Amino acid sequence: MSSTFLNRYPRATNRHDEMLHPNGEVRPHWDDLIKTIASASEVSMRQRVESVQRQIKENGVTYNIYADTQGAQRPWDLDVLPLVIPEDEWSVIEAAVIQRAQLLNAILVDVYGDQSLFKQGQLPLSILHGNPGFLRPCHGIELPGNIALHHYAVDIARAPNGQWWVIADRTQAPSGAGYALENRTIISNIYPELFYDLKVRRLSEYFGALRDSLNHWGRLCAAKQSASNPQIRTLRDGEHPLTVILTPGPYNETYHEQSYMAGYLGFPLVQGSDLTVRNNIVMLKTLSGLKPVHAIIRRVDDDFCDPLELNSDSLLGVSGLIESARNGNVLITNSLGSNILESGSLLGFLPKLCQHFFGESLKMPSIASWWCGEPAALDYVVSNLNHLVIKPAFPRRGERPIFGEDLSDIEKAQLTQKLRANPNHYLAQELVKISQAPVWDQAESNKLNANAIGLRVYVSATPNGYVVMPGGLTRVATGEDSRVITIQQGGTSKDTWILGNQTHPHQSLIRKTVSSKDLVHENTYLSSRTVENLYWFGRYSVRINLAARLLRASLLYFLESASSEYQATEWPAVHGLCVWYGLMPDLGKGEEQLTSSSIDHNQIEKQLISAVLSKEEDSLAKNIQQFYQLCFNLRERLSLDNWRAINQFCQKYIEPNPKASLSEVLSILNETCTSLVTLSGYSLDGMTRDHGWRFLSMGRRIERIQFLCTLIQSGLNMPAESNLDWILELTDSIVTYRSRYSAQPELLPVLDLILLDENNPNSMIFQLKGFIKYLTKINDHYGNAHEEHIMIERLNALLSLNPDIDFQRGSSSLIKWLQVTQQMSIEISESMSHKFFSYSGVQQESNRY
Amino acid sequence: MRYQITHETKYSYESIVTLSQQLLFMSPRNFLHQTCISHNIRIEPNPSESLRSPDYFNNIKNYISIFSPHKELMVSAESIVDVFNRPSLNQLLPSPPWEDVKKKLSQGYWEDEDPINFLYASIKAPLDEAFSSYAAMSFTPNRPIIEAAFELTQRIHNDFEFDSDSTDISTPLLDFFSNKRGVCQDFSHLMISCLRSLGLACRYVSGYILTTPPAGQARLVGSDASHAWISVYCPVNGWVDFDPTNHCAVNDQHITVAWGRDFNDVSPMRGTVLGGGKQTLHVNVTMDPIFDYELSIQLPLTVT
Repeated sequence: MSSTFLNRYPRATNRHDEMLHPNGEVRPHWDDLIKTIASASEVSMRQRVESVQRQIKENGVTYNIYADTQGAQRPWDLDVLPLVIPEDEWSVIEAAVIQRAQLLNAILVDVYGDQSLFKQGQLPLSILHGNPGFLRPCHGIELPGNIALHHYAVDIARAPNGQWWVIADRTQAPSGAGYALENRTIISNIYPELFYDLKVRRLSEYFGALRDSLNHWGRLCAAKQSASNPQIRTLRDGEHPLTVILTPGPYNETYHEQSYMAGYLGFPLVQGSDLTVRNNIVMLKTLSGLKPVHAIIRRVDDDFCDPLELNSDSLLGVSGLIESARNGNVLITNSLGSNILESGSLLGFLPKLCQHFFGESLKMPSIASWWCGEPAALDYVVSNLNHLVIKPAFPRRGERPIFGEDLSDIEKAQLTQKLRANPNHYLAQELVKISQAPVWDQAESNKLNANAIGLRVYVSATPNGYVVMPGGLTRVATGEDSRVITIQQGGTSKDTWILGNQTHPHQSLIRKTVSSKDLVHENTYLSSRTVENLYWFGRYSVRINLAARLLRASLLYFLESASSEYQATEWPAVHGLCVWYGLMPDLGKGEEQLTSSSIDHNQIEKQLISAVLSKEEDSLAKNIQQFYQLCFNLRERLSLDNWRAINQFCQKYIEPNPKASLSEVLSILNETCTSLVTLSGYSLDGMTRDHGWRFLSMGRRIERIQFLCTLIQSGLNMPAESNLDWILELTDSIVTYRSRYSAQPELLPVLDLILLDENNPNSMIFQLKGFIKYLTKINDHYGNAHEEHIMIERLNALLSLNPDIDFQRGSSSLIKWLQVTQQMSIEISESMSHKFFSYSGVQQESNRY
Repeated sequence: MRYQITHETKYSYESIVTLSQQLLFMSPRNFLHQTCISHNIRIEPNPSESLRSPDYFNNIKNYISIFSPHKELMVSAESIVDVFNRPSLNQLLPSPPWEDVKKKLSQGYWEDEDPINFLYASIKAPLDEAFSSYAAMSFTPNRPIIEAAFELTQRIHNDFEFDSDSTDISTPLLDFFSNKRGVCQDFSHLMISCLRSLGLACRYVSGYILTTPPAGQARLVGSDASHAWISVYCPVNGWVDFDPTNHCAVNDQHITVAWGRDFNDVSPMRGTVLGGGKQTLHVNVTMDPIFDYELSIQLPLTVT
């Protein structure tokens, strides 16, 4: 490919260009990347774009736009071109961002501690009390190492003169670091040589430091816990403190990232209901009881973290969390109440405060800001609306900036009135032209667009000071309004490459090497909720498999009976199973339908299609969506490959074609059955055999037991001349049967194969024995449960049946056994829920008065 | 005056509660006009944890948690409190013009944090033009702040009707403002919003009022439950309390428990329970004078 794309690249006017000098020459640090692209063929660039899109799709990188269960997840958008920053420039940014983190931390510690800044007149009290983000109950929380700000993200952008400016500070629960990591994984894959040659700085060290630091502080909290509470034992040498990531749940816009980070860092991802506070100590509800938590990375907003002392409507938080933190029994990152730093009202005071605290000037300026709460600032703002952006001083979700230049004279007068009436609530900022960077056009080949960009830089506290992630999340304004960079309203992202000439040795001072006594063989921190999800994952993975096979069999019978004189005697049994599974409506007299003269083929056809694809009625598609939701909730437990396979499989059903014909539906079913064979292989092979996996397996077994009970009962009720192929088909046993008997299936051998054959993984006895085995293992660990004995009793009862007498049509003892077993399996499932999955009950707010 | 107060709270649950965590503001605080002589909270079932600490405004906060399964929770707070006479309304009326107070409060750098806490909107007491224009009828130019505040107290009492069935704690203040019916919390929040919308500092006071009035006087509204009123800041007189539900200045028939920006800061009882299903709440308060207290209950206490 020639470098004509450079000639077509729009030149910057009144703004900085990241790639080009004002004279049009490529800046040296972009040289290699541009050469690589210029020498690439059109085809290979297209392959790169497609590879990025494919990886995003396969990895399931999404951004939930709205809290929506019905798949309103937007795929993440990532440009093939990274943003390149040379090392010397980066070290300037790095130093400035570290200084800013230290400064903001000092302010935060003061606000929730001595408040000396206000007593000494460094800051006006109105900045504190006028800010709804100032949470009085959080005053006096103990801060290990005097650090309140552990994870900090700062949005910076480049002004026309080439200088970087701070646009905004993210101090609550900054998002995006995980996306930056995923961007890196994807982009480094498509330029492997270049990535290596340029010595692009790696991100993994940063996350290592983050993990080590949390362990360090978590250990302090652990010591505090055991000092004040004799029941809490001290951590053993080499034992890690327990850090959890507190998520608002799967409907949060960045849930994908949260689960990705949890998996990457190896911290359990928990929801508020997974935690409880006992004797001032935060506990994780696990299978093996309550486990003390030492550190919490929260992705829940300040105000929602503790319904007892903060927003009482919150269902996302943990009652008593603040009290526990106040006593130093748990580290919360960032400390609760840190939202106060996100207010732009502080920006104007930072240079002065930087001098006050450190005796040095602020290394990177904030974008020029005027907080209207200061009378002089208000006057300036009112007379300069044209080149200002007006924002809420104390930001809340969903409030959009007002651009003075967009307003008519009347609107300006109205705005002025609002500003004067409530000056504290407004902040004005200079409208800057931020720099542009090249973005590869995905539609038109060989074309670069120029879009405004901003960079989000991540900082973490360590016991040795703040460290900066060598990279970041570059966000690109491709939305409607180029003045606003937001991922929420559309907009793409870039990987960020910091070039390095020297190698940066890993500087971990805290981490020890793992010795043999530290080896962990069993994850003891399985939360009850995770286990419940795994159990249902098991059940649904079998359920959709059986439902797909059942519907395929139904469809074939229907087609056969519609096209010939042949009367399907099996139809009522097959149809009955569909009704039992909730896939088809129970028509009462439905059993007569296919044999009577008034067959309504159209109606049944419609019902069958709907049973597969319907989004409204219970259907296979609905079950698959349910399954997908479970997988999504278990995201951090699944390997990337596992997740990819599930994601690919489920995507087909998320947007089903409602107008599919019967034969199209049949081919979808065939495809589904094939994919499911692979999927269940994954779950058996790839997962660690821990208790979580055992619950998953028990879910699979229980689902099969219930299905087999129903299936065999319908089989036993069929007329004598009925064909038994479909029973073998549904139990995936047809090949085995043919290889053994090479004849038309007969009842006795069929029942023997699907009830008593221990070598058949789909047989009843196989399910029972497996279930008993897993439950015994779990009981060994968590105390005895009588469910085990019920199943052993069922097994013995099955073995005591005499096939020659009992394996016949209408056999009352077999039917009785099936009925009791089915009933028992339902009861066992319920009692397991009570015992393991929840600390029985839903948390609710007390009536207040 | 010396009073004995019994404040009983009973929750009944449809199904078993396995964990209950509650925050109580039921312990009368000590301040210039009031001394708490004795105070005791009884809780059934017995709490597994109980922690008493001051909140940000120095109110007494009790945190309790109960691990034992229960279907009923009973909290009974008993207090004996001495209340001292406050300056009479006539003594308070000569006060600075309200605009002067507003100006003083708007100076950002201020030596005393106390009134600034209560100057801005809070969740239950939002600012709105509707409130400032309603208040403006009383806060005419240069009017002394206490005189204007007392008139506003009376207007709210006249324009709004006490009706315990018309609102609950989730009713937005503007709804109350347009429906004109509500309870003492609504009356108080309205007055707070009015004053803050004008740029004045006003706080919410939670407490009790006398159950049986002195002979010949009418029984005060809100006396069988916990009560609420407001306090307005005046640089000369300090905090001056008005009760808009009973259109009076507060004197020695009100017992103060706690104060905050609004109900959310100091509601008598809030919390979360695990399980429980449907819950019913029953509250009963009695507050009676005890004239012969020293004789009948022999406590080795000297009270000034």
